[in-house]
Amino acid sequence: MSGRDISETLQQQVHNAVGNGTPLKIQGGNSKTFLGRETHGEILDVSAHSGIVEHDPRELVLTARSGTPLKEVEAALADAGQMLAFEPPHFGDTATLAGTIACGLSGPRRPFCGSARDFVLGCKLINGKGEILRFGGQVIKNVAGYDVSRLMVGAYGTLGVLLEISLKVLPRPAASHTLMQECTQTEAISKMSRLLSQSVPVDAACYHAGHYYLRLSGGEQAVKHAHEHLGGEVIEKSEPFWHSLREHHLPFFNSANPLYRIIVKPSLPPLDIAGEWLLDWGGAQRWLVSDEPIGLIRERVAKLGGHVTQFRGGELNTEIFQPLPAPLLVIHQRLKSSFDPHAIFNRGRIYANL
Amino acid sequence: MPSSEDGLPCNRNTNEDLLHKLRKLLPPEAVLTDKEDLRPFECDGLSVYRRLPLVVVLPETFEQVQAIMRLCHALQVPVVARGAGTGLSGGALPLSDGVLLSLAKFKRILHIDPENAMATLQPGVRNLAISEAAAAYGLYYAPDPSSQIACTIGGNVAENSGGVHCLKYGLTVHNILMLKVVTMEGELLTIGAETLDSPGYDLLALMTGSEGMLAVIVEVTVKLLAKPERAQVLLAAFDDVFKAGEAVGAIIAAGIIPAGLEMMDKVAIQAAEDFAHAGYPRNAEAILLCELDGTNAEVSEHVLEVRKILQQSGATEVRTAISEAERQLFWKGRKSAFPAVGRISPDYYCMDGTIPRRQLPHVLRQINLWSEEYGLPVANVFHAGDGNLHPLILFDANKEGELARTEEFGQRILQLCVEVGGSITGEHGVGMEKINQMCIQFKAGELSQFHAVKAAFDPAGLLNPGKAVPTLQRCAEFGAMHVHHGQLPHAELERF
Repeated sequence: MSGRDISETLQQQVHNAVGNGTPLKIQGGNSKTFLGRETHGEILDVSAHSGIVEHDPRELVLTARSGTPLKEVEAALADAGQMLAFEPPHFGDTATLAGTIACGLSGPRRPFCGSARDFVLGCKLINGKGEILRFGGQVIKNVAGYDVSRLMVGAYGTLGVLLEISLKVLPRPAASHTLMQECTQTEAISKMSRLLSQSVPVDAACYHAGHYYLRLSGGEQAVKHAHEHLGGEVIEKSEPFWHSLREHHLPFFNSANPLYRIIVKPSLPPLDIAGEWLLDWGGAQRWLVSDEPIGLIRERVAKLGGHVTQFRGGELNTEIFQPLPAPLLVIHQRLKSSFDPHAIFNRGRIYANL
Repeated sequence: MPSSEDGLPCNRNTNEDLLHKLRKLLPPEAVLTDKEDLRPFECDGLSVYRRLPLVVVLPETFEQVQAIMRLCHALQVPVVARGAGTGLSGGALPLSDGVLLSLAKFKRILHIDPENAMATLQPGVRNLAISEAAAAYGLYYAPDPSSQIACTIGGNVAENSGGVHCLKYGLTVHNILMLKVVTMEGELLTIGAETLDSPGYDLLALMTGSEGMLAVIVEVTVKLLAKPERAQVLLAAFDDVFKAGEAVGAIIAAGIIPAGLEMMDKVAIQAAEDFAHAGYPRNAEAILLCELDGTNAEVSEHVLEVRKILQQSGATEVRTAISEAERQLFWKGRKSAFPAVGRISPDYYCMDGTIPRRQLPHVLRQINLWSEEYGLPVANVFHAGDGNLHPLILFDANKEGELARTEEFGQRILQLCVEVGGSITGEHGVGMEKINQMCIQFKAGELSQFHAVKAAFDPAGLLNPGKAVPTLQRCAEFGAMHVHHGQLPHAELERF
C-alpha cells in the first residue's frame, strides 16, 4: 500500500545512540508529550515511517507502520465499514498509531468493548540492542512465545521503538443512539454499575455536569428496543459530545487546576475529594480537576484499591504515575534492561528510575 | 528414595535435604514421593510425554507456596507448576530432578462481586464452576475451552486458553483483571488490579500464556459478563469445504461478529454424529455452526441476515436450533469432537495452528494432499471465526513408524501455518510439544529476547526450565535435522 519504510535508518540511529551512549526521545506526532514525565535525549523521529501495510477487512486485521497518522488508519477503516473498537483519543491532529499504542490510550468504549492492548495482535520493534524483532502476528489467536506485543502497550516507548503494529479491527455498529437523564452522581454510578449485569447493547456511559449519558450501539432493532427499555431523552447528533469527551475538549477539561485520572471499581460511591468530577468508562475512569495536594488524592484513592495519574498540569517534581510497590519495581527494572540494556529509550518517562 | 526415572543422575544429598525440608514445611500428606503416588502426575493431557517427578507437593496457602519456592531457589531445584493437568502440549511435564507443585488444593471461589462484575478465585477452581457460581447474578465467565468441565482457571491463565467464543469475547487475556503470583525467589506479587487498568507495564498480558515459566499463579480475579438475553445457533451443511470457508468470510464481511463460528469436515462430522447424536447431516462435506447472541431484537435481526448469507454461499441446508435443548445438542457434537475422533481411531494427534482465514482453502487442500501421501486420515475441526485450525491426524501408535510419520506430517502442517502468516499454536501452548517449531516461527533475536524476559522474573532459570522457548543450540540442531528429513524445498539438491 502507501507510505515509506525507514526502519533501516531508524535502526542505524539506534546503533549510533548505543555506540555514543546518547539517550533517545522517541517521537511520532508530538501530540502526547504532555503525558508522563519529562524525558531528555536526542529526538528519534518515527513520523516518516508511515503507511498502512495490510488491511483485509474480511480478516478483521490491520497492520500499519508506527508513524502512520491515526486519522489515516481510522479513515481507511471507515471506508471498509470498520473501526478501532477502543475509540482512541487523539489529543491532537498529528497523533500516530504507535504513539496511541505506546501510551495505551482508550476512549469511552473501553469498559464495554476492550482497551488498546486488547486489540493488539502483533508488532515489529527495535530493541535497545538495535535488533529488529517481530512478536505476535496477524491472527486473532496466537500463544507462541511471551506476549511481548501487549507488553509494549502503555510502556511509553521505554522498551523499544515500535515499527509496525497489527490490530484486530471490528465492524462499525449499524446504529447508535445517545440517551440523557438528569440525576445525581450517586444515582448515575448506580445506573452505570447495573449495566454490567444486563444484556444491553451499550458502548459508552458517562456522567457530566448533573447529566448521565448512555450510548447504545448495534443493529437498528437492538438499539430501538434497548432505548424503549431504558428510557431517557434522545440526544440527536450526539457524535460531537462523545468526541469532545474523548478528546478533552469539554470546558470541564479547560481548567487552571491540574487534571487527575482516577481509576477505581465502577461501583465505588462518589469520592470525598474536593474538586470537579467527570465520570467516564461507566464510572471506572473518573476525571478530577482539583487543587488538593496529589499526595492526599493518591492516599485516598489507593485505600479504595484505585490509582491516580497526574494527567495534565500539577507539580513537576512528583511521580506522574502511581508509584509501584518495591518488588514490582524490581521486575520492571529487570524487564527494562532485558529490552534496553543501555537505557537509551525514553529514560524516566514512566518512573524516575526506569 | 525415588530414583530418577529416565536415569539422569541426581544429587542424592541435595534430594535428601530437599525432602527433609519440604516435610518440615508441609503436612505429611502434602509431600508425595512414593512411585504410586507420583504416577498420576507423570504427564498432562499430552500423554506421549511421561516422566515421574522427584517429589509432588500439594500446598494450600500462599505462605506454603512461598516457602517451597524459597527452599527450591536456595537448593537450586527446578519447579514445575500444575493445575488440572488437562494441557495439550506437555507444559506440565515433570522434571525427574525437580519438584512438581500441584495447585489442586487451591479450589475455592473466594468472592463474586456482581456490582463490578468480577470474581476472585483460587487457581484450582474449574473453568465451568465459575460460570455456574456466577449464574445466580445473571453473569458468566466467557472463555470456554472444550475441557472446561475439568480444566482450572490457573492453567487457563498459564496457557491463555481460548474456546469456541473467542472471536467475540476474546481469550483468557481479555477476561482477567488481577493475578497474585509467587516468583521463583518466593516473592508474592500482585499483578494488575481490580480495576480496568493498573500502573506500570502490562505484566498481566505478559503473565497470561507464559506457560508457568515466569511465576506460579496463586489467585486470579476474572471479569464476568452479563449473560446474553438470547443465544441462537444455526447449522449449515455444505457439499464443499471451500464453500463453507467462503461463507465464513461473507458473514464477517457483512459486519456480523458471531459469538461462535465453527467448522467441521466430513470425517469429524461423522465421528461426532456417531458419538453425540447431535443430528448433524452425515453426508455433508462440511458443516458450519454459527452462534449469534445478544438482545432478543439483535439476535432476530442477525439470524435472518446470516441465514440469507449461508444460502447465498451455497449451503445445501440451513437449520436454526428451535429450542435451548437443540442448541446445546448442536454444541455437544462440536465440543465432543475430540473424544469422538478418539473412538474411530486407536490414536489421534491434535494440531493447533492458526492461519489468516483467507488461507483456509489453500491449507485444507495441502493437508488433504499430505493425508494421502502419508496414508493417514485427518479430521478437521476449525474455530473458523478466529482462524484456529485443529487437524486431528488419525494413527495407530502400535504400528511401527506410524507415530514418527504422524509427527512429521504434523510438523509440516505447523510449518505451513507459519508460511501463510499464521502461528504454530492458537491456544494449546508450546510446552514440550512444539518447542522445535518455535525455531520456525521465531529467529534467534526474538528467542534471545524471550529468554531475557524469563530471566527478569526467574534469573536462576528454575521455573519450568526447558519448555516453551527453545535454546538457540536446540534450534541449530533442529535446523540440521530438518534438512535430514528432507523438509526443505529441493532437498535432493546438494547444499553447502
